[in-house]
Amino acid sequence: MSMTMHVDIVSAETEIYSGTVIECYAPAEMGEVGIHPRHAPLITKLKPGEVRIVLQDGDEKSFFVNGGILEIQPHVVTILSDTAIRAADIDEAAAMEAKSRAEAAMADKKSDLDYARAKAELIEAVAKIETIKKLRKRK
Amino acid sequence: MAGAKEIRSKIKSIQNTAKITKAMEMVAASKMRKAQDRMRASRPYAEKIRNVLAHLAQANPEYKHPYLVDREEVKRVGYIIVSTDRGLCGGLNTNMFKAAVKEMIEWDSQGIEVDVCAIGRKAVGFFGRFKCNLVSQADHLGDSPSMEDLIGTVKVMLDAYDEGKIDRLYLVHNVFVNTMTQQPRIHQMVPVSGEIDQELEHHWDYIYEPDARHIIDGLMFRFIESQVYQGLVENIASEMSARMIAMKSATDNAGEIIKELQTVYNKARQAAITQEISEIVSGAAAV
Repeated sequence: MSMTMHVDIVSAETEIYSGTVIECYAPAEMGEVGIHPRHAPLITKLKPGEVRIVLQDGDEKSFFVNGGILEIQPHVVTILSDTAIRAADIDEAAAMEAKSRAEAAMADKKSDLDYARAKAELIEAVAKIETIKKLRKRK
Repeated sequence: MAGAKEIRSKIKSIQNTAKITKAMEMVAASKMRKAQDRMRASRPYAEKIRNVLAHLAQANPEYKHPYLVDREEVKRVGYIIVSTDRGLCGGLNTNMFKAAVKEMIEWDSQGIEVDVCAIGRKAVGFFGRFKCNLVSQADHLGDSPSMEDLIGTVKVMLDAYDEGKIDRLYLVHNVFVNTMTQQPRIHQMVPVSGEIDQELEHHWDYIYEPDARHIIDGLMFRFIESQVYQGLVENIASEMSARMIAMKSATDNAGEIIKELQTVYNKARQAAITQEISEIVSGAAAV
């Protein structure tokens, strides 16, 4: 058995990526996980962040997921994300704006509900900015 | 020429009808394209989550979610029936209702009661008249439904399952095969029935992070959501293509009727002219 595995990244709206890879990194709830072929079966939740895959020819691809579920079978990895976008497609300006908006909303907390939503938005915006920063550094 | 005038107005009205059906056909065609895109886009997610669930059903989790456990005794079953909001789409709804009613009668003959959750105006109307227990309904969801509109309706059924009121939950909707063919499909949603994969039959289990209960609950909810949503978007794609076909044949039929009426009209006109001429001729002969 060659040391590759199949990765499917799907979001509720569309299929983002499907193909053979040699490594995959995902932001699991308990910390980032690195997955190599023949990993033990695992299911975990994802938090907003970057999913990175290493293709057979050594190329890297990066995606942003906004939470979801990760399933690992020895040779199949499935990422069911709530929303996923290619990291290069992230609109940094929009992410920055979302961040400051969320921070402002958190500052004048009227109700717990608003606060919780603003917090979730902030986490997402920060994760997006982090992803794009990482992507830049690698380039 | 009394007959001719009547025929002429008849032709006019059929021409108007044909114009309307032609317009409806074109509207349905453009909506169909959009509905198909939407259906294709969400299909991978629905398929993948079904795979994960099938794996999970074969695993031996320390925590067995109620949706994964088959109940031995079935006393009452639930059906979520997804139909269209509007009519004029051929036999689409009728065929599906027939298939569902056939199963219900079978349950009934076994002394098992049936609860129905109707989505779409046609299902609400049909199962409202039909002798069955309509527990929840949702209609006017539009062409691009959002999950939020559905959650409440579906939750009624899931709660009933959790409380043990129903022991099985089925989803009924039309499957879009291609533009010409749509098939009603009834499939068991809860408890989840996974196809047994020979390779994975030995005892194994997932590693759960952070804990099994937390994840499986979340996964189940997503699963049901995506299944119902997928059913709904497929049904909309089916509706649009069925309507397009129905309207196309209506337009064709109108064309044929117009042709026939035109012949009848021409004949009547000819007869009137002939009669007039023979009257004039015989009048002249008499002079």
